[in-house]
Amino acid sequence: MPEGGAPLPSPPRAGGGRPLRARPAAGQAGAGPGAPPLPAGRGIAVAAGLCVAAVLLVLNLGTLAAVAFHADAPGRLGEADWAAVRFTLWQATASALISVALAIPVARALARRRFPGRALLITALGAPFLLPTLVAVLGILAVFGRGGLVNQGLAALGLPAVTVYGPQGVILAHVFFNLPLATRLILQGWLAIPAERFRLAAALGFTPADTFRHLERPMLREVVPGALAVVFLICLTSFAVALTLGGGPRATTVELAIYQAFRLDFDLGKAALLAMVQFALCALAAALAWGVARPAGFGAGLDRPVARLDAGSPLLRAQDAVAIALAAVFLLTPLAMVVTGGLPHLASLPEPVWRATLRSLMVAAASTVLALAMALALALAITRLGPRPAGALEAIGLMALAASPLVIGTGLFLLLFPLMRPADAALPVTALVNAAMALPFALRALLPALREVEASHGRLADSLGMTGLARLRLVTLPRLARPLGFAAGLTAALSMGDLGVIVLFADPQGATLPLQLYRLMGAYRMDEAAGAALLLLALSLLLFWACDRGGRLGARG
Amino acid sequence: MTAAETQSRTGPEGLRFEGVRIEQEGFRLEADLTVPAGARVAVLGPSGAGKSTLLGAVAGFVPLAAGRILWRGRDLGAMAPGERPLSILFQDQNLFPHLTAAQNVGLALRPSLRLDAAERARVEAALARVGLAGLGARRPAQLSGGQQGRVALARALLRARPLLLLDEPFAALGPALKSEMLALVAGIAADAGATLLMVTHEPRDAEAITEAVILVAEGRASPPQPTAALLADPPPALRAYLG
Repeated sequence: MPEGGAPLPSPPRAGGGRPLRARPAAGQAGAGPGAPPLPAGRGIAVAAGLCVAAVLLVLNLGTLAAVAFHADAPGRLGEADWAAVRFTLWQATASALISVALAIPVARALARRRFPGRALLITALGAPFLLPTLVAVLGILAVFGRGGLVNQGLAALGLPAVTVYGPQGVILAHVFFNLPLATRLILQGWLAIPAERFRLAAALGFTPADTFRHLERPMLREVVPGALAVVFLICLTSFAVALTLGGGPRATTVELAIYQAFRLDFDLGKAALLAMVQFALCALAAALAWGVARPAGFGAGLDRPVARLDAGSPLLRAQDAVAIALAAVFLLTPLAMVVTGGLPHLASLPEPVWRATLRSLMVAAASTVLALAMALALALAITRLGPRPAGALEAIGLMALAASPLVIGTGLFLLLFPLMRPADAALPVTALVNAAMALPFALRALLPALREVEASHGRLADSLGMTGLARLRLVTLPRLARPLGFAAGLTAALSMGDLGVIVLFADPQGATLPLQLYRLMGAYRMDEAAGAALLLLALSLLLFWACDRGGRLGARG
Repeated sequence: MTAAETQSRTGPEGLRFEGVRIEQEGFRLEADLTVPAGARVAVLGPSGAGKSTLLGAVAGFVPLAAGRILWRGRDLGAMAPGERPLSILFQDQNLFPHLTAAQNVGLALRPSLRLDAAERARVEAALARVGLAGLGARRPAQLSGGQQGRVALARALLRARPLLLLDEPFAALGPALKSEMLALVAGIAADAGATLLMVTHEPRDAEAITEAVILVAEGRASPPQPTAALLADPPPALRAYLG
């Protein structure tokens, strides 16, 4: 469960006076006549980072160009495609608004209540982000689908059944994924209000309404736009949810339209055009998200509740209890259905599922190694360069948030086609694409920690002449153990559960576990699908937990 | 001590600031002075005057807006901090917290920490010299403040560079402990024949182990003057600081 990524606090300086080293990066290289040269090792770090940036540019933009070039005719967007664009924007907005609106009372309740299991619940709120999309969809179908709990209840009451397929299903699934994330982001804001202010409010006799107006609303005004922007961006590139719960003219996202252009129409030009539209939309949303607010991490320090003297009334207690209970039920029931549905069938899974599992594990391992290496090289270069080059590198690193994994994969295949058959390259290409897609999160986890290492120990290492591999091994990596473990866990879990490029190119024998699950669902072999879903869920969470724990252990040693 | 007297007294020139000017945001420091080789010099001055900045310039962490810094006639400007013939002890963060004391000291011999038996013996000897025999396996968190300072000194001892810069590394220690550490510093510097440049805000420290004082005040670092004489009859800037 994502919980780490907290930067270590800076050591206080004994005595007054200005810091010994002139502000790093801003003026080291060639800054005036007296500036000492950068030690040799740093040049290598910067070169490696620039190489990675070049690879990323090829992956994100070069593949788009490859697809566009291979088009028989320049793409044209028809009515259906514009409908997809409109739906994408609309559902992302609705998902963001609903997620955040529901997250606010839950976050408030978690911020001011102490109860047994609170820490566990907050940790569990980190899980849906890691969840394989298909597993969550299966869980949602088990609750809201045709034969699901809700419809059973409605039938018992004699009410008509509700269908989860269509726009409402897409938005429901998005809220399921993003409500926990929004809750954690807003909870962070709440816990950042110093306890002293609440004491002051109590001393001045504030009513809960006053407290809200003077303390909480300003905080919300700061935190909510960032949360909205992040959820909006995540929903913009939704594919697997639209594939399983959406589809049809009313519920197609741009990414799904790209898939259809590839798979059904063989229209590369249209796919390329749609990818460019998506890139533009995402770039705007990403700029919004990263510019409006920077969430400080994935939730460090959420454990201590703040004593709230204004919140003692029974009405407020009841309010909070209801909010927490509803959130817990909404989030945990689908997961519980997956577990109970799959447990009986776990042992009797067919052979192809196990082979697919092995393939998924290998792909996850490969993409983790790739993502970490790229993120580390990029982060090292970013901390060594001046503010403008560093900003450009960071933007390139984050670019994958706006790109379409389907286009990246297809572009790679087109580039590789003269060299190898698509079926042979499906797994390596998937690993590469997963690494590129996880890179922004890995970078986000590593950069603050790396800056902290440089600030605390950089000048000591410099003064001892520690450069290159020795510095990396002895100074940098030991201090990066925690964020590295967290980033590794995140990449591994996301890669394990990914259903993207593999859908286009794998042959029947070469499926990964999510693809196998999708095929089982498509063939209505629901028992086996339930077993496979539980397997996928367990492995994804296990991978995250193992890597994160490894990182924490490495940091203590 | 005028520049001429300094030079004639000890022969080989030591540390020379030639028309040095340092400029940072809203701050400016000029220095044109010589520290003779083998001298022990304190850097005194009011808070914020630039004492640490001066040391930082010598160590290579602060760029010069004008002028050069020379050691025995060699311009230090072209050298990276790790290449310069000096060891520096900072106010804090002198040790890597995730390495043991022996490893921290071992960095003096090899930054890659791949030491052979002879080198490990030298590390042990250095730790013994500063009174930490047998404590090499401890991490900084398991050592007291004074002991951490000794580990840093052991490393400086092993590096055996001709110039030793101290930026108030013992500021957080109690008076008795600090005198002990300063005596150790003086001993190590004497053994190695090193030139010592020590930033301190405590005149008593300067009196204890240094023979000259560089006064940093009002944007200028003055040439070294005999400690006793300066503290007996301080100039106005120093008098305001001393009270």
